[in-house]
Amino acid sequence: MKVLHLLQDKSFQLVTGKDLDNEINGIYSGDLLSWVMSHAKAQDAWCTVLTHVNIVAIASLVQLSCIIICENAQIDVDTIEKAKQENIIIIKTKLNSVEVMKKLMTTHA
Amino acid sequence: MNIKFEFDIYHDDYQRAGSASSEIKKYLAQIGLSPKLIRKIVISSYEAEMNVVIHSFGGKLKIEIEDNHISLTSVDTGPGIENIDLALTEGYSTASQKVREMGFGAGMGLPNMKKNSDTFEIESSPKGSIVKLSWVIV
Repeated sequence: MKVLHLLQDKSFQLVTGKDLDNEINGIYSGDLLSWVMSHAKAQDAWCTVLTHVNIVAIASLVQLSCIIICENAQIDVDTIEKAKQENIIIIKTKLNSVEVMKKLMTTHA
Repeated sequence: MNIKFEFDIYHDDYQRAGSASSEIKKYLAQIGLSPKLIRKIVISSYEAEMNVVIHSFGGKLKIEIEDNHISLTSVDTGPGIENIDLALTEGYSTASQKVREMGFGAGMGLPNMKKNSDTFEIESSPKGSIVKLSWVIV
């Protein structure tokens, strides 16, 4: 599944990012950066409520396909700027991580 | 080939934190290392970088790339690690609440570095800590 397919669902809004053809091969949820870095796989979509600038570094270092900011968490301006520089896709949603996963498993399976 | 890079890392600088590891990653990709090895090195360098940002007074991250060997060294100016055995225990952290709210302080820094490197050495005193990691390029 590609990021652009996820965005066809109106629960998800693109905050920044261009490579909407990025493949999403899996999904990982977590709010501890070290944990995400060592356990998420390349091409995973990452569900989190963390919004500060370091999430971009993590996504870039382990080549995640996108960051999904859950529960309408307020995203720092610096984070969006950094994501533009590093070419990282950020998507926001009012859903929590479990609801995101349910949606991905039912509507995009 | 013998390439060396050195990065200054500052205490409490969360804005720039991760930028040294990003530079390292770009270079390692350019020279064609395997994605698996790059991942191990950048996870380690990011953890090393964050340890200096969170826990030290500041320091440096150095990387040296030779034909079949990569070494990464983090050197900081203190205050040192009180109990290295505890610091190497997964989940043990002395990070502040503020740092934890940003998603750091999982107590995985040194364990992640050890797990992802071929050799791991650490020495620490109140004057500072030195962590040395290395990988064999296969």
